[in-house]
Amino acid sequence: MSKKDVETTGHSWDGIEELNNPLPRWWLMVFYACIIWAIAYSIAMPAWPGIKTATAGMLGWSTRAEVAKDIASFEEMNAGVNAELASADVTTIDVNSDLHNYGVNMGAAVFRANCSQCHGSGAAGNVGYPNLLDNDWLWGGTIDEVAYTIQHGVRNETDEARYSEMPKFGADELLEPAQIDQVVEYVLSMSGQDHDAAMATEGAVVFADNCAACHLEDGTGDLFQGAPNLTDAIWLYGGDRATIKETVTNARFGVMPAWGQRLSQAEVNAAALYVHQLGGGQ
Amino acid sequence: MALIDKHKIIETNGTLLMVGALLVVTIGGIVEIAPLFYLENTIEDVEGVRPYSPLELTGREIYIREGCYVCHSQMIRPMRDEVERYGHYSLAAESKYDHPFQWGSKRTGPDLARVGGRYSDAWHVDHMTDPQSVVPESVMPKYGFLADRYIDAEYIQDLMSTHRIVGVPYTDEMIEVAQADFAAQADPDSDYDGLMARYPKAVVSNFDGQPGVTEMDALIAYLQMLGTLVDFSTFTPDASR
Repeated sequence: MSKKDVETTGHSWDGIEELNNPLPRWWLMVFYACIIWAIAYSIAMPAWPGIKTATAGMLGWSTRAEVAKDIASFEEMNAGVNAELASADVTTIDVNSDLHNYGVNMGAAVFRANCSQCHGSGAAGNVGYPNLLDNDWLWGGTIDEVAYTIQHGVRNETDEARYSEMPKFGADELLEPAQIDQVVEYVLSMSGQDHDAAMATEGAVVFADNCAACHLEDGTGDLFQGAPNLTDAIWLYGGDRATIKETVTNARFGVMPAWGQRLSQAEVNAAALYVHQLGGGQ
Repeated sequence: MALIDKHKIIETNGTLLMVGALLVVTIGGIVEIAPLFYLENTIEDVEGVRPYSPLELTGREIYIREGCYVCHSQMIRPMRDEVERYGHYSLAAESKYDHPFQWGSKRTGPDLARVGGRYSDAWHVDHMTDPQSVVPESVMPKYGFLADRYIDAEYIQDLMSTHRIVGVPYTDEMIEVAQADFAAQADPDSDYDGLMARYPKAVVSNFDGQPGVTEMDALIAYLQMLGTLVDFSTFTPDASR
């Protein structure tokens, strides 16, 4: 088609004229289709603002209803087994049962999302955050004790939380600095580390008077008070001379949130099953 | 098509074109944006949401200063996977006292909208000081210096007054006693009844475990209250909103 066959728009710049070609038909069709789609969409979906509310749309779609439906459908899918898990006595679940298998896998997912930040993604713990792989427990390593700890946590604001508080023997001047040094040597001797024998002998008396009430006379700890065993090589904060001295002087106050506030009973039980089968469960 | 043929008038008159464009954009803005300020289903009345306490507000300033929002969002979207990982999806009302909001758009780290109470204060100190010590796979930088920077709430009243100008309902009393509240929240041995009355659910603790108020105290105070104000055991958001 030559230029002469088409009208110009009448615009002319430096002798260059703008041709008034019609828009391509396919483009026009798409354009009109889009307009029709937009009108239909605004009728079907929430769109037009009114005086107090906006139109809800013919399809009644809502983000919140959508997510609620999505969550409900998944909950429904597992409702039976979750109810079974939530109401089960965790101590008597057969380790070869499907329920146990389901719980361990669910617990692994719960652990990764909620517990791994402190206890490590492999559950090996960290300084100040207990290793869950070994069989050394602060508050008990049976499934129901583990479940209780997960549910209510440790030293948090809730009333049911496991609670104990070691005195700050140094900071609150309950012991003389010399006594602290002595008891530190005694604790070193209990766990079979290099120590000053003479000071440790003095320290044994200090220990019996001040520490044995919780850590027991032989230093093996007390699960009812979360008092760690001091005779093994497993330490929460460190077992070297300086760290033990720091612990005796300023005490420790490890806190664990009450996960029952965030997790369902089935999730708590599942996490307990998972932790229990990691290797250290009793 | 007589009207359309007149487009030459607009196209050859720059000022008229500008006025016309402004008119079109204004109409678009009124229709799209203005209703959000008055529609009942966009302003949800949610019980429990309160202005930030002075210490939390300071922590929030530090959060912004350090650019935490670059890697952390504060917006749990209404999707099953996010709700299962982080908790109840965020409500608009929960950030109504945020100026500016910290919703973010990038998650290098996890969402923090409901991080409050999820970890102990000691964990936050450990994690801020050396993130890899507790989460080995983390790529977060170290923020241990916050624990060495003591702060005394010198400008807290100005900060709160500024927030009041943009709509945060701080009362005269709140601003008057701001410095006392600031110190009380970081000291569990203080008399913090007044603080708790003014800012319900505030967490009172010696967050960083050392004497004095540091930037670490303020930041952890802020983190520990995030997403904790609305009690979802008694409040169910309207599904149609």
